[in-house]
Amino acid sequence: MLVDVVRRVVVAGGGLGMLLLATQVQAGGPNEICLTYANGQFEPKEPTVPADAPLTIRVKNMEGKAIEFESETLKIEKVIAANSEAILNVRAMKSGRYEFYNDFNEKARGFVNVQ
Amino acid sequence: MLAALIIVFREVFEAGLIVGIVLAVTSAVPHRLRWIGAGLFAGLVGACIVAAFAGTLTQLFEGMGQEVFNAAILSTAVIMLTWHNVWMARHGREMASELRTMGQAVAEGAKPLVALATVIAIAVLREGSEVALFLYGVAASDEGGGRALLGGGALGLLLGVAVCLATYLGLMRIPPRALFRTTTVLITLLSAGMAAQAVFFLARANWLTSFDQVIWDSSAVLPEKGLAGRTLKALIGYTDQPTAMQLAVYVGVIVATIALMRLTATPAPPRAVAAE
Repeated sequence: MLVDVVRRVVVAGGGLGMLLLATQVQAGGPNEICLTYANGQFEPKEPTVPADAPLTIRVKNMEGKAIEFESETLKIEKVIAANSEAILNVRAMKSGRYEFYNDFNEKARGFVNVQ
Repeated sequence: MLAALIIVFREVFEAGLIVGIVLAVTSAVPHRLRWIGAGLFAGLVGACIVAAFAGTLTQLFEGMGQEVFNAAILSTAVIMLTWHNVWMARHGREMASELRTMGQAVAEGAKPLVALATVIAIAVLREGSEVALFLYGVAASDEGGGRALLGGGALGLLLGVAVCLATYLGLMRIPPRALFRTTTVLITLLSAGMAAQAVFFLARANWLTSFDQVIWDSSAVLPEKGLAGRTLKALIGYTDQPTAMQLAVYVGVIVATIALMRLTATPAPPRAVAAE
């Protein structure tokens, strides 16, 4: 019984240890895309980036109301306040066409072409 | 109007599920509505504050303020839910089965109610701040139809409340003894799911990028953003592309909860031991 409990605690501690020990691995020089949101549209609408490398997306919201920049396939989602800018980190992606949009105005859409 | 309804409903839906579960968990506790109300209120106030300072929050931690903030409040909720489960392992059995000892249990019961009220506040805060930003944008814009959008938002809110009530009433159909077991499992999975989501946010902030390879991709079968996916995400932390770290933390939280519950559980009464 006691051994059982100890074993459980060790396993749980191990999980927590992994979490604590995880270091901040920074990938060298991620690719960056700069998007601007104005008049209910993103610009550029179809940026292209190389595949299999981490990516940073910088979104500048020029409008007087907040947007929520989102992409289901890129697994990102972030609220960007009125007249402000935000950065989103994307993990390395395989080549393909990944859609993004403003969740508060779904007419505003675009694609990231990963090649 | 439909867009506003969908956006507001989607956010309120997730908080509604959590509030519904907490209502069922605390069904035997007197004055619970006071605590739950306080949690809701704190969450709404917090949501407005977060929405008002969204721009500032985003800029913190080198632009990763939102991610870090989400990870922090989710971790807080995980601790609160685990605390609740551990406390219930000690006192819950009496509360569920023997009404006469309930008075005594409830005297100490303020502790887990603080924990659960905090969880409600966090759920409302997370979902509410997005709704607040969206509705503020609608109200501030001088486009026509702003009123229709607000109407859609109100309807979305009502539907969300309906989800909360349906969750609560559904759980209340379970007999009291089984209810305790069910809610313990639900709360454990809810907490493991929140921990996995916290890992997700830390990964997005580039704070925790170890073991970030995707283990499986079930987005074609059960997309995370679909209705079923969203429900499962809110309840058990479903994600269609979990990373190794997310899985490890998910399992870790479940194992840790079980271990802590076993370690602190009230020893079985002597007659039960004799019967074995």
